[in-house]
Amino acid sequence: MTTTLRDAFLFVLVFGLIVATGFLQSWNVALGILNMGLISAIMALGVNMQWGYAGLFNIGVMGFVALGGLGAVVVAMPPVTEAWAAAGLRIILALAVGAATIVGAIQGWKRLDAGRQRALITAAILIVGFFVFRWIFDPAVAAIEKINPAGTGYLGGLGLPILIAWPVGAVFAAGAAWVVGKTALGLRSDYLAIATLGIAEIIISILKNEDWLSRGVKNVIGIPRPVPYEIDLQNSETFVSRVTNWGLDPVASSSIIVKLGYSGLFLIVLLILLWLAQSALNSPWGRMMRAIRDNEVAAEAMGKDVTARHLQIFILGSAVCGLAGAMMTTLDGQLTPSSYQPLRFTFLVWVMVIVGGSGNNLGAVLGGFLIWFLWIMVEPIGLTVLEFATAGLADDSAIKDHLLNSAAHMRLLTMGLILLLVLRFSPRGLIPER
Amino acid sequence: MDLLNAIVTLSNFVIVPAIAYGSQLALGALGVTLIYGILRFSNFAHGDTMAFGAMVTVLVTWWLQGLGVSLGPLPTALLALPVGIAVTALLVLTTDRMVYRFYREQKAAPVILVIVSMGVMFIMNGLVRFVIGPNDQRFADGSRFIISARDFKTLTGLNEGLAIKSTVVLTVVVAAIAVALLFWFLNKTRTGKSMRAFSDNEDLALLSGINPERVVMITWIIVAALATTAGVLYGLDKSFKPFTYFQLLLPIFASAIVGGLGSPLGAIAGGFVIAFSEVTFTYAFKKVAGYVLPENLEPDSLVQLLSTDYKFAVSFAILVIVLLFRPTGIFGGNTR
Repeated sequence: MTTTLRDAFLFVLVFGLIVATGFLQSWNVALGILNMGLISAIMALGVNMQWGYAGLFNIGVMGFVALGGLGAVVVAMPPVTEAWAAAGLRIILALAVGAATIVGAIQGWKRLDAGRQRALITAAILIVGFFVFRWIFDPAVAAIEKINPAGTGYLGGLGLPILIAWPVGAVFAAGAAWVVGKTALGLRSDYLAIATLGIAEIIISILKNEDWLSRGVKNVIGIPRPVPYEIDLQNSETFVSRVTNWGLDPVASSSIIVKLGYSGLFLIVLLILLWLAQSALNSPWGRMMRAIRDNEVAAEAMGKDVTARHLQIFILGSAVCGLAGAMMTTLDGQLTPSSYQPLRFTFLVWVMVIVGGSGNNLGAVLGGFLIWFLWIMVEPIGLTVLEFATAGLADDSAIKDHLLNSAAHMRLLTMGLILLLVLRFSPRGLIPER
Repeated sequence: MDLLNAIVTLSNFVIVPAIAYGSQLALGALGVTLIYGILRFSNFAHGDTMAFGAMVTVLVTWWLQGLGVSLGPLPTALLALPVGIAVTALLVLTTDRMVYRFYREQKAAPVILVIVSMGVMFIMNGLVRFVIGPNDQRFADGSRFIISARDFKTLTGLNEGLAIKSTVVLTVVVAAIAVALLFWFLNKTRTGKSMRAFSDNEDLALLSGINPERVVMITWIIVAALATTAGVLYGLDKSFKPFTYFQLLLPIFASAIVGGLGSPLGAIAGGFVIAFSEVTFTYAFKKVAGYVLPENLEPDSLVQLLSTDYKFAVSFAILVIVLLFRPTGIFGGNTR
């Protein structure tokens, strides 16, 4: 079998699984898996750029995804005018002071001559800047959070169409990636890993605590949609009459139509990204990246700027993750900072890339769909298996009860097992790099 | 008097908790640093190894409590600890045999081993949740306080109380014993010396006839003991919740790196540096300032540098500063 045929067969297989879910279970579930699969595939593309092209070990995916989600809130939610009037400018001034402090400290460190004086001046800039920042910032935050805390209590967004949020989310993630990359990219791979792990935790704690920005754990709900609402479809006479003509139930089909709308949008984004990623990988730039990955010293000797290229690909990959994050928040229609778990948003994406085939964009996309499908399906399958295994036990047995209740945790076990098995027996993944 | 009150308040809310937390981090960081020194990779499954060890100990503790066994004022968990260590050692040795050894023989790149340890992390995390569930579990018993805040006040006549939880003293004592044993082992015994030799220069150690598989096996057993002890002490001091152990990964790695990866002494120092900074930066100094400063200067705000939820940011910031200015850590660890 030729390689193209084999790849095509794998894709058909995975989509066959999703379609089978549609026939056996429900089309709603199948489309739900498809939509999140599309988003997962985009995240996997982003990680694959960093790991597969350039060998950068980023385990802060969760942070970039969450920043994309923040982008969706900042762009699409209606602005809270009272809050802006109360302290909007003051917040912006405070953030400007904070940024100026950091820039000032860095410039001071670079410009002054080494010695005790330099350390003292830099420290002084940082300390004074911090207190000035807090002095401007704290009253502003209090003023904003005081305004209708149950309903808003935050600045709101710009009230623009949600689709604009997707590139904005990517830009947010790219900005954070620039900061991380500037500080951590020169370090050894496991230091970069710890640094990205840390930055992701910090981004999540900012989203959880800065109520003026993201309402914190109170969550932002009702983010505008790029597709119609189900209820509007059900109330629209043309829709109802057309669907009834086809012999379908208006309520059920309305939710399917909405999901299909999302699938269409996500598919367009995925195809564009895939095309871009493939052309980049096959261009001289892509060959240079792989050359750097395989032998940094040799590439540097050939005159390639390794640090700059690493920074570039780190930003690009993170931006793709941010884009996926904005899309996911759009699909959910809400931003819930407490739902971001590293196992789900960082390490699961890594499983997708490794299983799919690191270094191959098609592989990453395939891994995204396949692993997401398994992530959803392992729970019911695990439950069935456990029910079968415990069938011999009495119905009121404590062990049976415990096992059945723990079925949800089968997911992590299975994912770990899959990752280890693939790494051991097929380390290049389902669709290996070519 | 005011100054004394200020000192007592500071001890109660900053120094005592930070010493306990620092000991727990130091034990965790020692495990990470040993793995790094001998097996040469960053073990991301360490937090979940701690959770697993603590879980086994919790289960045995419950069983002992059910039998009516008790150590009086000491927590029953101390009796269960050896069992926890044994089971955890068995688990990590099995993991090494089934997973890591293959890559060691292949001389795989360290980053591959890190990814492998991610897979192990998933499995251990799932295992812990599968057995004991994701919720908080209490297993501490025995006396809660060596000295309670109220007793301290009546004893000294001060306005402020200094409460010393028995778990804090226990943590420090157990950690000190563990560290003393570890250093005695590494510096005085033949096996310990061969471990250090292996860490310093693998090829030379092999030439001298040191059996690498034996060194690796002993390392894993020590790491299991350290991780279980750290996990149990943390669980006794706070509470046992699987997810918090995963989150400890960041401060633990920060401690190990700040001290210098591969350096046991550095891991301990790093643990305390991280713990003290985390607690100091997130403590509201209002009360202390109220005692120390004259009345007209008393602050209205909390005088808290950062909200408690940003404690990750503190360990992270220290980590970044150390990495930028002294990448080998305070004690100049292993740079490979």
